[in-house]
Amino acid sequence: MNFSFTEEQNMLRDSITKFVQDEYEFSVREELAKTDLGFSAKNWQTFADLGWLSIPFSEEQGGFGGSVVDSMVLMEEFGKGIVLEPYIATVLLFGGVLNHSGNSELMNSMIPSIIDGSLHGAVACFEKQSRFELSDVATQATANGANYTLSGEKTVVYNGASADKIIVSARTSGEQFDDAGITLFLVDANAEGIERTSYKMMDGQVVANIKFNDAVAEAVVGSVDDGLALLQQVVNETLVAVGGEAIGVMDTLHKATVEYSKTREQFGVAIGSFQVLQHRMVDMFMACEQTRSLLYRAACAVAEGKDDAAKDVLALKTMIGRAGKLVGDEAFQIHGGIGMTDELDVGHYVKRLMMINSFFGDADYSQQKFAELSLAS
Amino acid sequence: MDTTFSTEDLTFRDEVKSFLSDTLTDDLRQRLANKKTYKDAQIQWQCALNDKGWFAPGWPEQYGGTNWTPTQNFIYENERSLADAPGVVPFGVSMVAPVIYGFGTEEQKAYFLPRILKSQDWWCQGYSEPGSGSDLASLKTKAELDGDDYVVNGAKVWTTYAQYADWIFCLVRTDSSGKKQQGISFLLIDMKTPGVSVNPIIGIDNQHTLNEVVFKDVRVPKANLIGEQDKGWTYAKALLAHERTFIAGVAESKRNLADLKKIAATEMSGGKALIEDPSIRKSITDIEIELMALEFTELRVVAAISAGGSAGAESSLLKIKGTEIQQSLQKLRMDLSGNFMGVQVDDSDDFSGHDFADSARVKYMYGRATTIYGGSNEVQKNIISKFVLGL
Repeated sequence: MNFSFTEEQNMLRDSITKFVQDEYEFSVREELAKTDLGFSAKNWQTFADLGWLSIPFSEEQGGFGGSVVDSMVLMEEFGKGIVLEPYIATVLLFGGVLNHSGNSELMNSMIPSIIDGSLHGAVACFEKQSRFELSDVATQATANGANYTLSGEKTVVYNGASADKIIVSARTSGEQFDDAGITLFLVDANAEGIERTSYKMMDGQVVANIKFNDAVAEAVVGSVDDGLALLQQVVNETLVAVGGEAIGVMDTLHKATVEYSKTREQFGVAIGSFQVLQHRMVDMFMACEQTRSLLYRAACAVAEGKDDAAKDVLALKTMIGRAGKLVGDEAFQIHGGIGMTDELDVGHYVKRLMMINSFFGDADYSQQKFAELSLAS
Repeated sequence: MDTTFSTEDLTFRDEVKSFLSDTLTDDLRQRLANKKTYKDAQIQWQCALNDKGWFAPGWPEQYGGTNWTPTQNFIYENERSLADAPGVVPFGVSMVAPVIYGFGTEEQKAYFLPRILKSQDWWCQGYSEPGSGSDLASLKTKAELDGDDYVVNGAKVWTTYAQYADWIFCLVRTDSSGKKQQGISFLLIDMKTPGVSVNPIIGIDNQHTLNEVVFKDVRVPKANLIGEQDKGWTYAKALLAHERTFIAGVAESKRNLADLKKIAATEMSGGKALIEDPSIRKSITDIEIELMALEFTELRVVAAISAGGSAGAESSLLKIKGTEIQQSLQKLRMDLSGNFMGVQVDDSDDFSGHDFADSARVKYMYGRATTIYGGSNEVQKNIISKFVLGL
């Protein structure tokens, strides 16, 4: 049992820290967020050149052969700069599903293109009515000879606008809420019968609603009727990495708030000298540390394939929502009026933290799922 | 980063499991639970631990420590929680001993440490005074040198289990001319010395746990001074970090949580188990998630210490979160008691209501102390603010 990082992980962390410091000044990020693309294609190529897009993939695929701990390290540093590039959607979700699909042909044809930066992907798994429930799938897949055609609509697809290929969950059997009978399909984003409407979220992400009107799927990813387990596994791994990002954001907000309280003077003294504010900043500190503890717990459980992994991830996700709310609220309150401005970075970090809360299940949802596992008699 | 166990770790886990199941007989458990037999039973348990060599895991190996890895420590605590095994009374082994082996003379080490290991002396802690709570350094109990003795006058308060104690370790004032943190000395006092009296304080739990200890012209040999005169505050601060780590109480809280889940699954309301009630589910899982985090926070602190760091301000975090969790568990136990909430019976064997209701009351009421003792949680926040946040 140990909680230290390997030499390789420390080097990875250092190189990302340097990138964020050199290339991701807040004003630069703001300009990127305003573009239609919502991120920088040049940065994406840099990620490819530095090998960051290869982290979760096996060495056979030309990857780095990393674990969720490596992805977590990377995302923590991305969190410090609230990096906009769609690493989560393309590498962790889309790449993750391929990586666990067992379809070597698909993997060989797609993963090298993810690694070299030429292919963007997305996973379309939510629908208008589904909230966070991955098993609530109304989109239908109909067998048509050797092919499947898809009908229905997916919503809030992260990176949905930029994706070249999309993995879609659709029903091949069973009823709308059944766990069984869901299959994952690969579709070309520009195929006939696919209609994308893109829009932005408050943290700068570009997402899309995607309509499928008898669109022909290119392939089944994983096995027919058994897509939910594959998707859930990838979501769990992704949530650990996103937990790393959340910690990066939370620590940054906490540090910024403490530093601000040391320089901002009122009543002739630094506001950080007021005990009532000190204790609130200690509450932020404790929230960050407790979240980090659950992050490490979940990261190890997922990496080691422990029985409790799903439960640990849900605990982490619940804590991120609750502790993140506390940290965000206190950052606003202690910054006072200046924290209200779009010009200051604080609000942008808080918005990202709020989006992470709703990513694949907010705190309330995650806690109910946690309770189902924990309180099963 | 990993949480895997090596083959040696797994062997160790089996050894802990079988030790606990062999040692904690039904008879011992019953005697531990009974007020009249508690002290003897607790000493028997501690002696069994010591015979196994496991009574003082945190001590340096040369004095009898186990030199466990953080993983072994975790395994032991986890198994202890699963087996519902009692802890050890901390005042001797966890609190005064580190001061003795850290700052005491060779004579003091040779005399006191083996007696602590064998549970021959029951220790209590003489820190707080009627006028000194969170502002501990304002203490006034006076020790004046007279020949080879200090003559001690004053009073200590909230002294847990002083009625059982053979010795008390005290902070006393030996100089009042400088800053209040200066001029404090660390003194070991035999409770049988003439002039020491113990006055019981009955708590809101209706139990006798706390006491006032009064010193009237108590003569204490100079040989019982730890380290240098007037330097006691430094020694006490080192001890306080140990104390705060100890009062996180993760193993006990895990045990309590498991208990409460069982109770919630059995108790009914309107024909449905309480565990189906959404607000109860929320209460239980709120606590469980914080506790899962705290367990790893503690592991991270322990790992950092074993890698050469020290138990510094982080132990304040363990104290705050640990006691908040304990109080949430106490509140939940009261809530689950329903109509029997507040039952006060002398002998719960003769009581036909829920057998957890009386103990729920005791735990809840005594539990109000957790956020006060060991330096109130607000003082802990001051410590984190100053030493971690630099405010």
